[in-house]
Amino acid sequence: MKLAVLLFAFALAAPALAEVAAPNADDPVVEARINKLGEDLRCLVCQNESLSGSRADLAEDLRREMREQMNAGKNDAEVISYLTDRYGDFVLYRPPFKPVTYLLWLGPVIFLAIGGTIWYVTLKRRRKMQDQIQPDSEALKKAAALLEQ
Amino acid sequence: MKRWIPLIIFAVLAGFLYVGLYLNPREVPSPFIGKPAPKFVLPVIGQPGTTFSPEQAKGKVWLLNIWAPWCVSCRAEHSFLMQLAQSGISIYGLNWKDKDREAEALLNQKGSPYIVTVDDLDGRVGIDFGVTGTPETFVIDQSGIIRMKHVGPIDEAVWKKKFEPLLGKLEKST
Repeated sequence: MKLAVLLFAFALAAPALAEVAAPNADDPVVEARINKLGEDLRCLVCQNESLSGSRADLAEDLRREMREQMNAGKNDAEVISYLTDRYGDFVLYRPPFKPVTYLLWLGPVIFLAIGGTIWYVTLKRRRKMQDQIQPDSEALKKAAALLEQ
Repeated sequence: MKRWIPLIIFAVLAGFLYVGLYLNPREVPSPFIGKPAPKFVLPVIGQPGTTFSPEQAKGKVWLLNIWAPWCVSCRAEHSFLMQLAQSGISIYGLNWKDKDREAEALLNQKGSPYIVTVDDLDGRVGIDFGVTGTPETFVIDQSGIIRMKHVGPIDEAVWKKKFEPLLGKLEKST
């Protein structure tokens, strides 16, 4: 009996749940595109969130703009340039490769090269040191004799 | 030499961090500097039936102040904007996303520094200007080109440092 009541309650609640998700579901294809594009876009209010993941007011407005652009038949590149025209490359989590961003893109490679050089030089120096302290056979005999005693 | 290396690395790192302390992450480089202000036609608050568009302000240097009644730092800059307006600076307001319709009452109560304030209810024009949060202020020159964008409230120090030199230069060029 209890189970039946519970099931009945769930059945009543189901339409309510469906209604919550409704406003964003007018066109699943467009919504999927917005979510996919928005993964690589920065929410400008909470700067470490993506545009897809953010609940900020501005993020919702920007998603609305993207939705309208897409409904008007714009392709992904056009929607992105709509945003960069207004907010600059800053909205892109993958900024384009150009003079201002050379350091950003090449920085890790440069640091890796510096680290690699230091590592190589250190290794080489250590090997040289080891070579230098290689004991000759005379000294080894002496040491063995000392140990015997 | 070798023993100094950690100290040098520390100094470089400390230098970066020190500079980082004073950077404002909201100060996003605006792609609008040097470009014409986006076009819009919006209703003027408190004057039903009238609209304003940036072309009406052509021929003078003006400020477009984007604000909202719900924005605390906009209230903070309000009295300074009043001073500026009294000293003859042309300020136009854009009331951004005022869903509770409070702007008119607020301006009537506290006084308006704006020549007119337009009503951007759904925030679209704000987005066209690349607004991320209020207040933001744009300096627009005689031919409608955006010369500067300031994020955050304006006070006397900011005015003296960022606005005055630029306005002086722009006024001279007429």
